[in-house]
Amino acid sequence: MIPLLVALVVIPGTIGDLMNSAGMKRHGEITDWTLLGLIRAGRDLLHNFYIVAGIPAMAVSFFALMALLSTSALSFAMPITASSYILETALAKYVLREHVDWRRWVGASLVAIGVALLSI
Amino acid sequence: MGWQQPEEARLIWKTVVVSLVVIGFNVIGSYALTRGLRELGAIVSWSPLPYIQAFADPWVSLGVLFMIGWLISRLALLSWADLSYVLPVTAFSYVLNAVTGAVYFNERVTDLQWAGICLITVGVALVALTPPETLEVNGRR
Repeated sequence: MIPLLVALVVIPGTIGDLMNSAGMKRHGEITDWTLLGLIRAGRDLLHNFYIVAGIPAMAVSFFALMALLSTSALSFAMPITASSYILETALAKYVLREHVDWRRWVGASLVAIGVALLSI
Repeated sequence: MGWQQPEEARLIWKTVVVSLVVIGFNVIGSYALTRGLRELGAIVSWSPLPYIQAFADPWVSLGVLFMIGWLISRLALLSWADLSYVLPVTAFSYVLNAVTGAVYFNERVTDLQWAGICLITVGVALVALTPPETLEVNGRR
């Protein structure tokens, strides 16, 4: 059951991250931090396909995380879900067309290795 | 269209502050969720009912509220910062989650785990040195 829960945290989480990032870039930088401004931004995002598709994917990932947290130690459950760091960095480069320089590759790799060590 | 110096400084400060908010929401939310779910016991079900019932626990409710805050603040950060920047930088929450596990749940942190914490910290610092935004947002870049 735990491997399935890990997959349900990681795969929808990765898809959700990509969709949310693409959706928010289409929306543009949030500059109005007043309550009214945030409500207005939230209303706009309801019409943003990427966000509307990305949030349910994140919700699936979140509920799977809840199930994982209820059965595993915090120091296992949280790091194991970060196994997608390299994959998401590659997808950010090739799908979202971000400029990923060597510092981001090395940084993401160190984070992924560090996370793996944390879960041992 | 190149950045003006004050605009670059503004964006970096804004990124640092919102990143810290994202990390804070994640750490507090994880702590509250773990505490609540430990009290409730294991929930592994395909039915949504046990998860919804878990919301009656105050720690779980608090955890969910903070996780909603985490999601909103992370979306806001992604409105200008790259995903390949946000992911590693906000990974610092794993370090704080491990420390929280050790301090509040008496989970033992081994030497290997300390090494992992050091690697994550170096990785986060390295990515934090890159510009947060490499795509065109609001006419910049």
